[in-house]
Amino acid sequence: MFNQRKLLHGIVAGLGLMVAAGPLSAAEGLSDGKVKIGVLSDMSGVYKSLEGPGAVVAAKMAVEDFGGKVLDKPIEIVSADHQNKPDIGASTAREWIDAKQVDMITALDNSSVALAVQGLASEKKVITMDTGAGTTALTEDQCTPYGIHYVYDTHALPVGTATAMVKNGGKKWFFITADYAFGHSLQENTSAVVKSLDGEVVGNVNAPLGTTDFSSYLLQAQSSGADVIGLANAGQDTVNAIKQANQFRIVQSGQKLAGMLVFITDIQSMGLDIAQGLQFTTAFVWNQDDEAETWSRRYYEKQGAMPTMVQAGVYSAVTNYLKAIEAVGSDDPDAVRKQLGEMELNDMFVKGGKILPNGLMLHDMYLVEAKKPDESKEDWDLLKVISKIPAEQAYIPLSESKCSLLK
Amino acid sequence: MSMQVILAQALLGLNVGVFYAMLSLGLAVIFGLLNIINFAHGAMYMLGAFVALIGYSLLDDWFGISLQIGFWASLIVAPLFVGILGMIIERTMLKRLYELDHIYGLLLTFGITLILQGLFSNYFNISGTPYPGQPESLSGVVNLSFMYFPTYRLFAIVFSIVVCFATWFVIEHTRLGSRLRAGVENPTLTQAFGLNVPLMITLTFGFGCALAGLAGVLAAPIYSVSPLMGADLIIVVFAVVVIGGMGSIMGAILTGLALGLVEGITKVVYPPAASTVIFFLMVLVLLFRPAGLFGKER
Repeated sequence: MFNQRKLLHGIVAGLGLMVAAGPLSAAEGLSDGKVKIGVLSDMSGVYKSLEGPGAVVAAKMAVEDFGGKVLDKPIEIVSADHQNKPDIGASTAREWIDAKQVDMITALDNSSVALAVQGLASEKKVITMDTGAGTTALTEDQCTPYGIHYVYDTHALPVGTATAMVKNGGKKWFFITADYAFGHSLQENTSAVVKSLDGEVVGNVNAPLGTTDFSSYLLQAQSSGADVIGLANAGQDTVNAIKQANQFRIVQSGQKLAGMLVFITDIQSMGLDIAQGLQFTTAFVWNQDDEAETWSRRYYEKQGAMPTMVQAGVYSAVTNYLKAIEAVGSDDPDAVRKQLGEMELNDMFVKGGKILPNGLMLHDMYLVEAKKPDESKEDWDLLKVISKIPAEQAYIPLSESKCSLLK
Repeated sequence: MSMQVILAQALLGLNVGVFYAMLSLGLAVIFGLLNIINFAHGAMYMLGAFVALIGYSLLDDWFGISLQIGFWASLIVAPLFVGILGMIIERTMLKRLYELDHIYGLLLTFGITLILQGLFSNYFNISGTPYPGQPESLSGVVNLSFMYFPTYRLFAIVFSIVVCFATWFVIEHTRLGSRLRAGVENPTLTQAFGLNVPLMITLTFGFGCALAGLAGVLAAPIYSVSPLMGADLIIVVFAVVVIGGMGSIMGAILTGLALGLVEGITKVVYPPAASTVIFFLMVLVLLFRPAGLFGKER
């Protein structure tokens, strides 16, 4: 009996080791006969409409447009819901990498999830192309050799929006901040911009992610005497805050709202009556040029909504990843990452984009404004571009980066 | 800190307070008359909101019934639905536990809560679905001189207070109420007078649940409808009941309103304490007046 148990232990331990060792990857060609791309996003919560299922549609479009194959091997898309929980995100990523041989992970909205997954993936030499998260930590103090930050970050957002607002007389700011990595990072970076222009931050309040009643936070902001209420949050949180600010007549009483991260889906959900005049920074507007519009209308056919900047970013990221594999003739992460760093990215999403050694995808951003209802020509015609923010101005220059890979 | 700010936050506090009051009232009625700690009360509140949401926007998609139950109709339909469900739960399950310790009823109702929450999390997103059916007539804004206040919230405050005091009046000052109370005080004797005590108990439980459902409908347009909306609230509501005194009807109403106010004003004085001030008060009350502010020592 006793011996039998020992034997059993031995077998279990042996099996465990086999699993832990994992498959040995080949350097040449494709490691497992196919390229697998994971779309890890918030599929059910506050960020569902800005990334979520739409990101899966965009990734599938990219694969389809690429011909479904790279180096004559099939491309497969897998997807999962991280529920805005870093532990769930990390364990899904671990399962994808260890058991399902996923080669690249994209989407990754929610900064806390993104940081967890990027760290884990890089340890296992898997490229992440983050389109959804905002925190600059991804390419700054927590940068990794395989982590790429693709669409926007919390440095680029305030550069356009906060600068424009301060210059129009909005000197005193109060922040309503989403209480996690992203919100704090956004508030910090926006404060820096405001202060650099001789503005002042008069206070802030932290609201949990997924707050439905912003009324008391808004009243705190109102009584602070600030000129501008900065919303350092995103998705449904921003929509709720702006709608309720309208209910409590905050804007009509003379204060301005600054949505630091606003997506076109948010504007659509609020309606132009409420959103009109709201200025914010974005990486992509679906009708910014013909190429973008053609692609976006195809996306609309499949998803029933126009793409947000991060959904368009997923298409661009997946396409360029596949191009890099084709160029080097292998899915070896080191070779592909090197190739991505050398390519100039040009497609419907980005013009003249470059991926820096710290993982930052350097590209132009746009300051946009929500149209007045009578300016809108069709259902999703919601935004007009006020100005272009050159890439060098929007993002942290390489010379000032705190990324340890650069030292 | 101006008076204006305090008044504004106090009014918002009252807005939260009416929900505390309605929920703790239902809990107090159920505890006072049935001696059951109904942990499923939060789930009933959540259910009320979902009945309103489904009735307004999903009947056609889900059941192929081309019918839309508007907000006003929901104020009747949702409490009825939740009340009937409550009665079914009482008849089929809770009834068997009356002879046992309180803790059994608590565990059963807690289990029911988990099942209902799980069921709804499966079909609806956790962070909430906005309720689209707020009536046009209540969508405006009222200028209260110290602040602008959405008409709907004002309506919710007034409506809830009326419902709370009507309930108190019925239980304390009508024949029906006196029979109920008699049934609780001495069931055997009351039954000897020809009153159907078990039926009264079932109806009371159903009524308590219906109150929670009604609160859910009222909450739907203000907060988004989410599977966890009840779980977030129920812990605070239990604290309210403990402070007010288990089983005291008027105590539950007044404490609910007062604690909403206290919470609102704390947001002005020291915002970080706003979410804990009620529990701090609960500790104080338990130390100095264990039966609660309005409760009687038994």
